[in-house]
Amino acid sequence: MKRQLPLFLTFITGLLLIVTFFIPHKPFGGLEQRFLVWYSIISGFAVLLGLDSLIAHHLHKIRWEKQGRFYSALLLFSLFLTLFLGFFSWAKYKSPFALGSPFMFLYTYTIIPLQGTMFALLAFFIASAAYRAFRARTFEATLLLIAAVLVMLGRVPLGSWLWKQIASLFGNPQLNRIELFAIISDWIMNIPQTAAKRGIFIGTALGGIAMSIRIILGIERTYMK
Amino acid sequence: MFFLIIFLNTQIAPPTNIKVFDTPNDEGGSISIEWRLPKEDCDTLNLIQGYEIYRAEKKEGPFENVGFNIKGKSYYEDKGVKDGKEYFYYVKVVGRDTAKSEVSGPVKSAPQWFNTSRLNVLLVVILFSFIVIWYIERAKKGEKLFIRSIPGLDAIDDAVGRATEMGRPILFSFGLGYITDVVTIAALAVLGKIARKAAEYSTRLLIPNYDPIVMTAAQETVKEAYSEVGRPDLYKEGDITYLTADQFGYAAGVDGIILRERPGAVFWQGYFFAESLILAETGHRVGAIQIAGTVAITQLPFFIAACDYTLIGEEMYAASCYLKPEPHMLGSLKGEDLAKAVINIFLIAVVILTTANAFFNLPVLNSIVEKINNWFVVR
Repeated sequence: MKRQLPLFLTFITGLLLIVTFFIPHKPFGGLEQRFLVWYSIISGFAVLLGLDSLIAHHLHKIRWEKQGRFYSALLLFSLFLTLFLGFFSWAKYKSPFALGSPFMFLYTYTIIPLQGTMFALLAFFIASAAYRAFRARTFEATLLLIAAVLVMLGRVPLGSWLWKQIASLFGNPQLNRIELFAIISDWIMNIPQTAAKRGIFIGTALGGIAMSIRIILGIERTYMK
Repeated sequence: MFFLIIFLNTQIAPPTNIKVFDTPNDEGGSISIEWRLPKEDCDTLNLIQGYEIYRAEKKEGPFENVGFNIKGKSYYEDKGVKDGKEYFYYVKVVGRDTAKSEVSGPVKSAPQWFNTSRLNVLLVVILFSFIVIWYIERAKKGEKLFIRSIPGLDAIDDAVGRATEMGRPILFSFGLGYITDVVTIAALAVLGKIARKAAEYSTRLLIPNYDPIVMTAAQETVKEAYSEVGRPDLYKEGDITYLTADQFGYAAGVDGIILRERPGAVFWQGYFFAESLILAETGHRVGAIQIAGTVAITQLPFFIAACDYTLIGEEMYAASCYLKPEPHMLGSLKGEDLAKAVINIFLIAVVILTTANAFFNLPVLNSIVEKINNWFVVR
């Protein structure tokens, strides 16, 4: 029973959601939205589980671990401060998201800059990963390097300038009018790149459907463990 | 002065050719109104601001205003009607002047039992499901099915072994996936395999989470895996924790864990966005063996560049079948392969047809290509 009931529920829910995609008539039409509302309610309660896990983990660290206990304390302090400011803004401004409320101040001047900082780090990580990926050690890596250089040249003013210098060597004004690197860059992005992407996409879509069939039919049970 | 004279002398024509009909493929309660735009709609004098839609239950009225369309738009859906009741409509152009169209109707709304515009999806799904189920049945009868090796999944044992030898923990991340994502469920299968191996070798397994429901599922999966190999004592709930539901907050948190704990093996399995490279490069920095797997096509190049192994798209969905090669699981994989072959043959045929059409421009070919294109449009 412990195993059969979840399998039965999965089968019924999966089947219903498929049916709602094809049958707009009531009661099927709005069922998907209703399920999403139910999921949102469950997610809301699940946040409490997350909070419990987070608080318990850091309280344990503060109590038993010497290293990094300050950071755990800072995290808990920030968590409760945010919570307090949220409720305070709600009470005073009718909404925590009201302009000028302390909660929005915290969001605008703390969370957003922190998010921006983390995102900005990506530029450095791209540089180090690209360096490793583009080292021409194999034929494929060399091909990747050439394609990447051409795409980059086609998308920066330097590429345009470089092509104009090359074209002026030939003395043909027709060559000066075209943007060769941009044309090559667009071709690489639109033809080979899109073809590969679509190939992966088709495989992923079919894999997703096959996996869904396995889940609905109760063949795939890993999520139940 | 010339334009002012034209402006003052131009009369606005009413909308013509009013068509009112029950909105197709809906759950009822909606009537569609379509009209031909007057020629003044396109001019640059801005004589027209938009169109007001009026509705009445009798032809002679009284009519009430039920909606407004800005200029250039000639289709409106009135969603405030009752099914089975007759309605009449007219459209009034508003701007410098006003002009009413003729009254059109009666029309009734009704719900539909089948969305005919999705017939194509239904047929493809039925065909694909049939192929998959057929292969599952064949596999159940004992037919041997060949599955190619997936290096990323074969390397799991090595990665766990390496972390054990180095005396370092293992880190597993689901990325920003929710439990509603099929890829997260696929990742749970990979986690189960890793957790069993980690328990066998008594190696610590860390799983920082973005979604609390995924965290609970991960805790259950690991607990079950540890019990399976007879080491439930190794399970620590504090190692599978919730971090944050903020994308870059999560990236910062996981990076911090990697730099502090210096895991020997890192598994990125699930749905990732812009944080993928931030995470994978940090893992590379501490010298961990990294196995990634995602269906997020835009993030695949980053993982391929930064990780030792990457499960690309569908390999991720195949993981559970590959790790647990039971006949019915393998059967579904083979069915997927056959469906892919069918799609490939179809694509090649369409490419040949479209190329021939581009060269010869024959009306017959043109119409076939157009019909094929239209058939695949999903509304």
